[in-house]
Amino acid sequence: MKHKTPLLDQLESGPWPSFVSDIKREAESRTKNAKGVDYQIPVDVCDDILGVLELTYVHKRTHWKHGGIVGVFGYGGGVIGRYCDQPEMFPGVAHFHTMRVNQPGGKYYSTEYLEKICDLWERRGSGITNMHGSTGDIILLGTHTPQLEEIFYELTHDIGQDLGGSGSNLRTPSDCLGKSRCEYACYDTQALCFDLTNEYQDYLHRPAFPYKFKFKFDGCPNCCVASIARADMSFIGTWKDDIRIDQKAVAAYVGGEIKPNAGAHSGRDWGAFDIQKEVIGLCPTGCMAWDGKKLTIDNPECTRCMHCINVMPRALKIGKETGISILVGAKAPILDGAQMGSLLIPFISAEPPYTEIKELIEKIWDYWMEEGKNRERLGELIKRKGFQKLLEATELEPVAQMVKEPRTNPYIFWKEDEVEGGFTRDIQEYRKYHLR
Amino acid sequence: MPYDPSKPLQDRITDIGPKNYEEFLPPVIKKNFGKWDYHEILEPGVLVHVAEGGDKVFTVRVGGARLMSISHIREIMEIADKHCGGFLRFTTRNNIEFMVDDQSKVEPLKKDLLSRKQPGGGFKFPIGGTGAGITNIVHTQGWLHCHTPATDASGVVKAVMDDLFDEFTSMRMPAHVRISLACCLNMCGAVHCSDIAILGYHRKPPMIDAEVIDKVCEIPLAIAACPTAAIKPAKIKKPDGTEAQAVAVNNDRCMFCGNCYTMCPAMPLADAEGDGIVIMVGGKVSNRISAPKFSKVVVAFLPNNVPRWPETTDCIRKIVEVYAGDARKYERLGEWAERIGWEKFFEKTGLEFTHHLIDDFRDPAYYTWRQTSQFKFTG
Ligand code: HEM
Ligand code: HEM
Ligand code: HEM
Ligand code: SF4
Ligand code: SF4
Ligand code: SF4
Ligand code: SF4
Repeated sequence: MKHKTPLLDQLESGPWPSFVSDIKREAESRTKNAKGVDYQIPVDVCDDILGVLELTYVHKRTHWKHGGIVGVFGYGGGVIGRYCDQPEMFPGVAHFHTMRVNQPGGKYYSTEYLEKICDLWERRGSGITNMHGSTGDIILLGTHTPQLEEIFYELTHDIGQDLGGSGSNLRTPSDCLGKSRCEYACYDTQALCFDLTNEYQDYLHRPAFPYKFKFKFDGCPNCCVASIARADMSFIGTWKDDIRIDQKAVAAYVGGEIKPNAGAHSGRDWGAFDIQKEVIGLCPTGCMAWDGKKLTIDNPECTRCMHCINVMPRALKIGKETGISILVGAKAPILDGAQMGSLLIPFISAEPPYTEIKELIEKIWDYWMEEGKNRERLGELIKRKGFQKLLEATELEPVAQMVKEPRTNPYIFWKEDEVEGGFTRDIQEYRKYHLR
Repeated sequence: MPYDPSKPLQDRITDIGPKNYEEFLPPVIKKNFGKWDYHEILEPGVLVHVAEGGDKVFTVRVGGARLMSISHIREIMEIADKHCGGFLRFTTRNNIEFMVDDQSKVEPLKKDLLSRKQPGGGFKFPIGGTGAGITNIVHTQGWLHCHTPATDASGVVKAVMDDLFDEFTSMRMPAHVRISLACCLNMCGAVHCSDIAILGYHRKPPMIDAEVIDKVCEIPLAIAACPTAAIKPAKIKKPDGTEAQAVAVNNDRCMFCGNCYTMCPAMPLADAEGDGIVIMVGGKVSNRISAPKFSKVVVAFLPNNVPRWPETTDCIRKIVEVYAGDARKYERLGEWAERIGWEKFFEKTGLEFTHHLIDDFRDPAYYTWRQTSQFKFTG
């Protein structure tokens, strides 16, 4: 190894996979170069990653500088610029720009495809990646400026693959694996994610927004990709009709023949399964009943929290009339505190070509681009201007589902046209009856 | 035709989007798309999904560092080629899933995965991360790539997962426990809704590099970047005695976000003693039983004690143990804390309640104080 790394070396022990050992492995592979690769950035880039990280562990301060504007021609996102503040000590990582590559739906891969990405990144980059970044992209971590166009060219020409989003753009949308392998999926998350990603390529690559904008697609209210907490628009699968019950399978759960919650709790002895306590008693709406033989659900009272289905997946199935709930405005705490998404559309069909969904998205974007301040997330705009303004912009009728409870203050901003006779009055007429 | 730097726009291809996921679905997944009937966790890390027609897919889930070399990816490919017909997938929480279409293929796959070790003895592919256990940590870049982190990401994650390894490979928790890490308060990962969140936090306002600030910064941009309006224009004396246009920071208003440094390289704020970790707990994103919740700050500061962050791993271990022992089946950490009351949470975990934990940031603060005479006494 080029640099001594006594602190990092302590992260090589222990059972969990060590990223330090892994970077060392790549460093050795580059030094050896068994395949005779014509490396386009310094061979010792991985040594220098370890070197600069070790120095960071000594100083407890990052050694990366903000990257300024780097990118590929015509795109306003997809590349994160990064420079090292000790380029002479670590020339291999003097530039260390990241490229975000738009991941496939559900994050399924063929080895054939991964091979091409690995070959490209071995030759033109550091050979270090994130699988994946927290937005969902494949992150190619660290290359030099002249390589950016080359990589983009090979990605698009040889692999048929585009970059993802960064900056004040649509960020790379991401989805749960949905119908591909999950019986809870109420709509095809991958199909909708793919369709919208392609429909809005221009917004993904060219900044037109006040700030970032995220779509995330969860197939059901379990929210495995955390759309409700992380997306400006969260698409959460749901259903309108009844939970389907297989009474025989219910009896099998009660009789202990099938493990509850698909076996998720089998690491501890929780005692025999008690349907009354574990399902009926925990149903948040109290809409279930069990008479010892038959399970009944008062479906109009059910809020589709998924608990009973999660506990007894073989006995209970989501309904058949499925669609999507759309929530808007989730964001991380900066600046006025974190926001969860707020329900805007209780139910919308999720059938291609998704015309209604697209019309809604475009109305929301028009409103946000018109009214949003620089670096104001959609959720902040909605808070600043009020939910009513969003309803006006999206031409939606208010429904009680949109709120948890009605307002607790009567300070209603009545509009003139809502009040009989309007606001213009005759003070002389008034004074006829009320002396000064 | 390779790329020609002298003609950058020749044959340019843009806006083609991601690959179509259908190309990457293993045959059994493609065949049964939308026709899955139920699933079962056979043992920690091993799932079976059964389709309506009876087809089965067996999934072996393994953990890993999301920071991954291509040598490691090539090894993953080799395994997928050998056992899984050349397909695999990653989960949202940085796990890798190897899928086979017959139960007889599971044991050889598991054996192969567990036999692969790193030089330090660690597993390359630990099997687990399912059900009521602790799965892999989602995290951000940290000291490995970002310019504003207040702590590392990969190193802290490694230390915490080493400590919680047995919980990754088992399912003895009352419900699943999701841990996330973000290395500064921008929280690029969704740590604000995790059962346990590890958050990097700076505690010193930016310094001002008087010598260069007027040359390297667009001062109005730095001022505008500050979310709390803590920065104002000011004249400053340079080391050579001349005066220059610069900025002044109102330290009392600074929330240590580092946005100014993003705009202006002459305003660094990282500091060895100032920076460290905040622990937040009790968030969730699932709608199961109770509504999604934000995580709450329960430890205001832990130091960056490299390379293994013992204060942080101890604190998390303590919270996990008390929760595991006290919560009811199906109860998420936040649901448990709300049922027993946060005052009891502090009593049971032994974490100290300090004034830093009372919200004083803007509007939402009031709603976190107690507007009732109901509370529990703690000793
Ligand atoms: C003013 C605020 C913010 C700044 C200056 C900022 C800056 C950055 C930077 C520089 C990176 C790149 C890190 C790297 O690769 O070196 C990044 C990544 C990212 N940011 Fe932010 N960020 C901000 C707010 C947020 C917020 C509020 C969110 C989420 C709601 C977010 C989500 C992300 C995500 C998901 C990534 C990818 C992280 C990863 O996978 O490592 N950012 N951000
Ligand atoms: C549910 C709603 C409310 C009820 C039932 C209610 C009831 C009352 C009653 C019974 C009084 C005593 C009247 C008296 O002594 O003649 C009172 C006084 C008053 N209320 Fe309300 N009130 C309500 C909401 C509000 C609101 C929303 C405001 C203003 C924001 C408000 C402002 C006042 C004021 C300023 C007084 C006079 C207090 C004083 O004399 O010091 N009230 N209210
Ligand atoms: C009680 C609630 C939950 C249940 C019953 C549940 C159930 C499931 C099921 C059945 C799957 C599909 C697994 C498979 O096909 O192998 C899954 C995947 C997943 N879940 Fe959950 N889930 C719940 C809550 C959550 C939460 C709250 C999170 C995150 C904070 C989460 C994160 C994930 C992730 C990351 C995956 C992998 C999804 C992917 O990569 O597409 N889950 N979950
Ligand atoms: S969100 Fe629902 S549909 Fe999607 S993977 Fe999770 S449990 Fe399945
Ligand atoms: S989904 Fe939730 S609310 Fe509906 S019946 Fe089941 S437990 Fe009750
Ligand atoms: S959380 Fe902060 S430090 Fe970490 S990657 Fe995001 S912006 Fe950088
Ligand atoms: S660190 Fe953030 S709050 Fe403090 S001065 Fe800079 S921009 Fe303002």
